[in-house]
This record gives sequence, structure tokens and C-alpha cells, in this order.
Amino acid sequence: MDAVVTPSLAPLITALRAAGYTVVGPTVKDGAVRMAEIESAAELPAGVGDAQEPGAYRLTERDDEMIFGYAASPDSAKRWTQPPRLTLVRARGEEFEEVEPEAPRVALLGLRACDLAAIAVQDRVFLGRHPDGAYRRRREALFLAAVNCAVPGGTCFCASMGTGPKATAGYDLAITELASPHRFLIEPGGDRGAAVLAAVPHGPATDCDHAAALEVSRTAAAHMGRSVDVSGVQQWLPAAHDHPRWADVASRCLSCTNCTMICPTCFCTTMEDITDLSGDVAERSERWDSCFTLDFTELGGAPVRGTALARYRQWLTHKFATWYDQFGVSGCVGCGRCVTWCPTGIDVTEELTCIR
Amino acid sequence: MTPAPYRVRSRRPDRADTVTLALEPLRGPSPAFLPGQFDMLYARGIGEIPISMSGRGRTGAHVHTIRAVGAVSDALCRARPGDVVGLRGPFGTSWDVPAAAGRDVVVAAGGLGLAPLRTVVRELAAHRRRYGRISVIAGTRTPMTLLYPRELTRWRLAHDIDVHVTVDHPDQDWPGPVGPVTRLIDRIVFEPRRTTAFVCGPEAMMCAVADDLVRRGVPPARVVLSLERNMKCAVGRCGHCQLGPLLLCLDGPVLDYRRVAGLLSVREL
Repeated sequence: MDAVVTPSLAPLITALRAAGYTVVGPTVKDGAVRMAEIESAAELPAGVGDAQEPGAYRLTERDDEMIFGYAASPDSAKRWTQPPRLTLVRARGEEFEEVEPEAPRVALLGLRACDLAAIAVQDRVFLGRHPDGAYRRRREALFLAAVNCAVPGGTCFCASMGTGPKATAGYDLAITELASPHRFLIEPGGDRGAAVLAAVPHGPATDCDHAAALEVSRTAAAHMGRSVDVSGVQQWLPAAHDHPRWADVASRCLSCTNCTMICPTCFCTTMEDITDLSGDVAERSERWDSCFTLDFTELGGAPVRGTALARYRQWLTHKFATWYDQFGVSGCVGCGRCVTWCPTGIDVTEELTCIR
Repeated sequence: MTPAPYRVRSRRPDRADTVTLALEPLRGPSPAFLPGQFDMLYARGIGEIPISMSGRGRTGAHVHTIRAVGAVSDALCRARPGDVVGLRGPFGTSWDVPAAAGRDVVVAAGGLGLAPLRTVVRELAAHRRRYGRISVIAGTRTPMTLLYPRELTRWRLAHDIDVHVTVDHPDQDWPGPVGPVTRLIDRIVFEPRRTTAFVCGPEAMMCAVADDLVRRGVPPARVVLSLERNMKCAVGRCGHCQLGPLLLCLDGPVLDYRRVAGLLSVREL
């Protein structure tokens, strides 16, 4: 199926809901663009933009009705691919039963190319050497309606990481929002996307529409808020473990874990065990964890990485270098979330540039 | 990620804070394992920890020697015969004992590190004639914390294994050497280039022993360590056991010194 043009996303949302998906899209909530369940196109953030800088995020008003006129939302797809908390095991007496985690049919509307790249990274983590069946079920139940980024934020650097701003793979639908007249060019990424699109009233995309869409991605690529040279990073970063910059960044890092919680690829988890009041039933749950916490590496009562220096070095080195050793790909997709949401504005692109 | 229920077949207190448990599945046969591999042991409602196997029972039971150092190990140490605990495993890499055939073998243990190495020595002893000189050197805090004292004597007397033990803090009856395990290397005889070493213990001890052996000419690839890190999942997804590029639950715990010497030399890696 070829690309199509439609003047509104309302029929697409209707079609996705008719196909049995809960539609999760961008909404304005808590002073930010948050991904939440929506029932109609009226809930989308028309005319909302954002300003993102190291340690700063605020919504702005746009002077148009563009729906996707903001950069990366604090919510990535991780919340749905790897939920923050999952109950895995229920133990009664001598029996341990597996709790089948739910795999809800959710259509994620408005993911960016960086988010699709992050999902591809997660696929390598969870479907690699020890495939996780529950992850696979959740992943297969997700419908990915991506949006080609029009306005990268002040902390974005996907162009440096080769992951955006145009979505090239891993989507069911890729939408490009076009102005004057306001319309959406939609490309299906496979049969599933095409089937949904067939239920949406549309016209064919003209050469002019295609050219306009290409211009959106070209302009976005030229307006990245940040850039970083990561050539050879797999070699030089692990070798730089004695670099004085680590102490400098550690003096600014609060070990607050924000960067890891907001990161679309950080996958670390811990286990929590609870019992009911009677003690008859015990549950094991998995929840997001962070390599910035002191007990993350605890061994015999003491942490292996007891200093903020060692923890920051571990995170940055893993993200940009040793991730390749483990999963054959960079752990960073250049979404800039860790830069925006760091309370002290630590900028990974700046740190890498200084350490190089 | 769901543990299977295992019954405590036997429980033997080794020392004041250490017990050896033989665990058998409630249903089906015990899965096979290799020396150096570990299980995730689950104390119901409390938590799960990685423990290397310290032996194989007659019926294939997974034998673990556990020291009570935290909530989970404490609960496991208190388990009684007949109690049920959870078990996932075996996981991880193993010591390739048969590959040491025809060579001298040095087994170096620090503290609880003797537990996983017991599976190595038992395999060496079972096929004694395949190997050259075999030496076991072990360090322990005090004479009272030495694991398997009777078995150490049996290895010496029945299997022609050269066994030496050193303690950090001797009591007035201790007749043997005092100090780190590396001091024992002078007491044993081996031909470095034809030697394979199996090493387990605290990281600093392993590095000291490995450095010493390599300095004497043992090839770094033939000095094989078992590394320890915090583990939650054992299948490479929780991130806790990273050592630089390695995920120790999958790439380890057993790794040769050629591969890890550089990583272990970085503080807090």
C-alpha cells in the first residue's frame, strides 16, 4: 500500500479503536506532554510546543494548530514494552506459580524515530540470548504509529546517533504532519498498518505531499539542539576510565536516577518480594532499577561502585560503549531526555566531548 | 523466571554461620550442572540470591554451601530437611576441568571460594591419573572458619593431592601458615607452563593469586577465576552483574584471567 494523505487523525483513532486497540497518544498533563489513553483527536496537543534545554522543560504555545509540534515527551514506549512494575511469581505453600503478565493491545500514537530505535534496542536486550516470552507478547500486541519529527528539541541529537529524525523501520504507520494546508501523510510499514489505514478515508499522496514530507525531515535534521561525535566511542570511552572529567561530572551528579528512569533503553530491574498479612502468599515483582543507586552492586554488604564517579562512569560507558559488546548496538538513541530531565543539567553530549 | 520447588534433602552445618544444603526437585530429575555454575535460590517471600554448587548429591541433588550474610542467605541457612525452597538454574559458565588433563593443577581458594571449587577437586580426584601434580591451597579467616576440614584431609591422604591451608587469624593451637593465600604458592610444586589454575575467593585475593601465578609463568588463559557480582535475574536482563563489557551471569562467573585482568584492575568498575 502506498502512502496516503488525510486531513485529520480522527478517523485513524476510530479505526485503531475499532481494531481493538487502546489508543495511547500525546496529551497535555502535569505541565508536560504525557502519553495517555485518548478517545478522540480533540485530546491531542494542538498548538502546543515545548522548550527543552539541559535541566529545563516547559510547554510553549505555538501560533498554529500543529499537533506534533513538540519534541520528545518524558514518556517513551518503555512504559508499555517494559512496564515499571510486573508481578512475575506467586508462591503459595510449596508451589510457585508463574504470573502471566498482561499483554494489552495498545496503539502508541506519536512515537518518534528515536523511540522506534529504542524499541529496536530493547528487542535486542529482551529477545537476545535469553528471550523473554512476556516481553515478546507485549511487543507483538503493540501497534506503533510513529510521527516523523518536525521540531527537534534543544537537547535532541538523534542525527548524531543515526537514529532519526525520520522513521525508517520498525513502525506500523509513519505519519508526517504537514502545514498549509494542515494534513497528514501516512505510510504503512507492513500489512498490519495497511489494514488499519484501509479503514481510514484518505486520498493518494501527491509528489508535492512527498516533497513536503521530505522537507520536514530535512529541516528537522538541520535543527538538532545538540550534536556529538561518537566515532570510535566503543574503543576510547572504556579506555578513558582515569579521565579527570569523571570527577568533575560526579561533583554535579546527584545520583537521583532521573536519567535512567527517563531513558527509553535503560532496562535495569530489581526484584521485590512481599507477603500478604497471613504470610501464606508471597509475590515476586520486577521493577525498574537504576545503576545510580548505592545498593545496585551490593556485594557482601558493601557496594562495588560506592562513589558517584564510578556510577556515572558505569552509566555513560555502558550506554555508549559496552552496550555494543553486550547487544551489538549503541544504548543511546539521541532522544535527549536524560539531558532535559537531569536536575543539574548534565549533558551527555558535552561530557563525551570533554572526555574524548 | 519462576523458581521450581526443591526440597531440602539434607542439611549439614559447616561452621557457626555456614551450612551445606542438598536440594532435590519436588518433581522430576535434578538438572545436570558443571563445576562453577550457579543456581538462583529463592527463600519464599524474602528474596533470591545466586549460589554456586558445592557438590552433587548421589541422586543428582544440587548441593550448596551457604554463609548467612543477609536476609535471604540467613533464611536459606535456617531451612530444615523437608523444607521447600525455590531454585532456578543452573546458570553461567563452568570450569573446564577435563581440559586440564595432562597438566599440573593449582586450585586456590579464599574463604567461601572453596565451596564452588570443591566440585573441581572432586572431579580431579575422580580421574586422578589424568592429571599431573594437583595442589589445593586455601585461605580462611580463622581455623574455626575452615570449610570441609575432613574432606581436605581425605584429598591429601586418599588422592595424592597436595593440600595447604593458611589462616588470617591463628589461635594458639594452629600449627600451620598464617597470611594470605599467595604465601602458599611457594610451598607447592608445579611446572608453570604446564599448569592450569582454578581460583575462587574475594576479588583482591583472586587478583593477587592470578598475578603471582602469571609472574611465575602460568599462561593467563590458564588461570581461571570465578567472579562474583550482585545478580537478580541470571539471564542477562537486570543489569546488576555488569563488569565492563561483561554480563557475569551469562559471560561468567567463570572467566580466564587473560579476559578479565584489565577489567579487575579498574577500581569500582
